[in-house]
Amino acid sequence: MSGDTLVLDLVLAGLLVFLAWRLLTLSDLFKATVLFIVFGVLLSLAWVRLNAPDVALAEAAIGAGVTGALVLDALRRLDARGPADEAQPLRLNLPRLVGALLVMGLGAFLLWSVLSLPPGWRGLSSETAAAMPRSGVVNPVTASLLNFRGYDTLLEIAVLMLAVLGVWTLNAEPMPPAEPAGPILDVLVKALLPPMVVVAGYLLWAGGHAPGGAFQGAAVLAAGGILLHLARPFNVANRGVVRLVIGFGFAVFLLVGLTLATLGGRFLELPERHAGILILMIETAAMISIALTFVVLFVGNARDNAGRDTS
Amino acid sequence: MGPSEWLSMVMVSVGVFFFIAGSVGLIRLPDVLTRLHALTKADNVGLGFIVLGLSLQAGSLLELMKLLLLWPLALLASSCACYLVAEATLLQSRRGPGARRHVR
Repeated sequence: MSGDTLVLDLVLAGLLVFLAWRLLTLSDLFKATVLFIVFGVLLSLAWVRLNAPDVALAEAAIGAGVTGALVLDALRRLDARGPADEAQPLRLNLPRLVGALLVMGLGAFLLWSVLSLPPGWRGLSSETAAAMPRSGVVNPVTASLLNFRGYDTLLEIAVLMLAVLGVWTLNAEPMPPAEPAGPILDVLVKALLPPMVVVAGYLLWAGGHAPGGAFQGAAVLAAGGILLHLARPFNVANRGVVRLVIGFGFAVFLLVGLTLATLGGRFLELPERHAGILILMIETAAMISIALTFVVLFVGNARDNAGRDTS
Repeated sequence: MGPSEWLSMVMVSVGVFFFIAGSVGLIRLPDVLTRLHALTKADNVGLGFIVLGLSLQAGSLLELMKLLLLWPLALLASSCACYLVAEATLLQSRRGPGARRHVR
């Protein structure tokens, strides 16, 4: 590492700590949200500096982009209720105390597990590199996510599904009436949607041999969907088709695993010959489901908003 | 360094100058609309110069095309975002100073 990149890294790390502190201590929630998005963008730069472009893409698209939009949307719903929600310091009661202790305990446990690693341990990278020829793809990140530890990814998709169930079950309060979107947003949507779909497809395909994959592609698709919803509000209510598409990725993943198990292999152990095409299949299904999941999380249960279409 | 590398460096430096000018405008100017004016103009020109400068160093045609695609996309997004922020500001000022901030 040369001196000039060291300066860049130090500035980046310092800015991240400063932004994290500022956004947690600000009482103006709107400013805190903006800082949160800036924090996400800088964090993805930090991942690039750490040579982890896959994580950087996911952080920029999901951490800063989709989550930022979700937080802004939540803020808008809070805004409609009045000023009482902002800047109320949380009082320490029993549930919060238990929650805080649990989180601190988890942090201590993680710290302990890192410290208890054998000295000089180089991680699993040499094992991963040795197994790469049998993984069906060239990108080690995709090989790890979809093949070596497919179980984790399967459960991650399930967690996203549960989040949608949560939104539907809580019956999130109706949105305040949408203000008519100007013509400019329409122009932006028309110009940006087609390239966004192409980029999502490219990221999905590139995941096999370069940074990319289902989550990154899904985030770009979902951003397009959210943009479209802002320009021309639509409704993705708890209907059969929507439920089907949201469960699709999990179902395909699970079905692949179960089929392999019944054909004599082990659950989710991809056979070497077909691993590539199976991974592409799982990722395509997962991308569609995850994209719709993000859009549903953003739109919420917008039943009361359905009739006020402004287009 | 060859002439194309010098040219590339000059162009990137000019781009950085415009970015600095835009940032100074963002910090120093008094209200949202003037800040938007400074930020979008300066940053768009700055990004254009940086993209042009970097495209002189592109290793392949694909890299060049990716770089040249960046600028129009950023132009489109930033002009639309600028319009939306300006529109929200106008709506808010019409509602009066006591009105709650509207976040789209």
